[in-house]
Amino acid sequence: MHKIACHECDLVHDIPPMPERAAARCVRCGSVLFRTRRNSIDRTLAWTFAGLVLYSIAVSYPFLAMKSGSIVQQTSLLSGVEQLFNQKIILLATLVLLTCVILPLLQLLSLLYIFIPLKFNLKSRFAVPVFRLLGQIKPWSMMEIYMLGILVSIVKLAKMATIVPGLAVIAFGILIFVLTFALSSVDQHMVWERLERDS
Amino acid sequence: MSGKYGSAKSMGLVSCHDCHLLSRWPDADASQLVYCPRCGSELHQRKPNSLARTWALLLAAMIFYIPANVLPMTVTSAVGSVQADTIMSGVIYFLHSGSWEIGLVIFVASIFVPFMKFMILIYLLISVQFKLVRQPKNLTKLYRLTEAVGRWSMLDVYVVSILIALVQLGVLAEISAGPAVLYFALVVIATMLAAESFDPRLIWDVVEEKHE
Repeated sequence: MHKIACHECDLVHDIPPMPERAAARCVRCGSVLFRTRRNSIDRTLAWTFAGLVLYSIAVSYPFLAMKSGSIVQQTSLLSGVEQLFNQKIILLATLVLLTCVILPLLQLLSLLYIFIPLKFNLKSRFAVPVFRLLGQIKPWSMMEIYMLGILVSIVKLAKMATIVPGLAVIAFGILIFVLTFALSSVDQHMVWERLERDS
Repeated sequence: MSGKYGSAKSMGLVSCHDCHLLSRWPDADASQLVYCPRCGSELHQRKPNSLARTWALLLAAMIFYIPANVLPMTVTSAVGSVQADTIMSGVIYFLHSGSWEIGLVIFVASIFVPFMKFMILIYLLISVQFKLVRQPKNLTKLYRLTEAVGRWSMLDVYVVSILIALVQLGVLAEISAGPAVLYFALVVIATMLAAESFDPRLIWDVVEEKHE
């Protein structure tokens, strides 16, 4: 039995030992206090490895190709960002680079950094600050919105030219789900307790 | 209600924002910083200057919202003609060209969502500031909603960035970013930060104060 305060209304609750895959909700405001997960460490690692494979495909293969007549133009995720830098639209380029390229990678690497040692009952040296960071960057990682942007662009350009989605777009699309699964397999409460115990 | 306990603050406790550990709040003077014994992040019983910060970021976002909607998002130059498009003219283009679903998606993400976020945040701020909380549970739900949907407004910024990257010099037309893109990105960032700096626990503080 331990106590926890709701982070949305601050009401203190007693939390009994919880079964796997259960959620504790605040009795006053209804927000989720925390969830327990099944096989959290193994599942998180599995999704994270899958995510890294998809990520490497998403950044290295062509993203979209535009065909009009005999002219074909290809763009990849990174060359698109480079194009923005070349046109001196630095802020937009930085924004796309951060929210769709760097932060998702940082999320995947942070998960590896924390969970591989946990798997072997060890603790990485900077596990605590990295885990905090992982929680803070989550809202700024926006791959799913970028994906919707791709769909809108395809429709927008459909009248001018034929747009052929590349392998990278497919990998990117799957990666969105895989990263979501990886993050939602993380048992926050368990991780914090393990990190505390070992320190 | 559980009845047994009140808020952590009323019990002299503090909940860590990052790791949710509940620890004792020292009766130290206000200038002293307190750190979480488990994860080391700075502890606050309530987010510092929550109302002032949220108002400031909200006002900034509302100011940026004007040029974001008035100025062009994209400038398209095809053979001989130059066309500047704002968000709204982009939406109207989609409505006319038959893909009204896409027009609707852009309208909701770029125009409706930021506007709704402004209204909800103003409503929450006024409710807390003037202690007019009637239905705290619904207010908390509204807060959760603004926190969740705000990021989707980034959609049009991404669309512009993809169009620019794809339609380069030489093929049919050239598309370049208009000044609205910058303002629009700032609207999204400022509203996200505004929602983050609002502390929903203040809603419940008003309720607890009334019961005392």
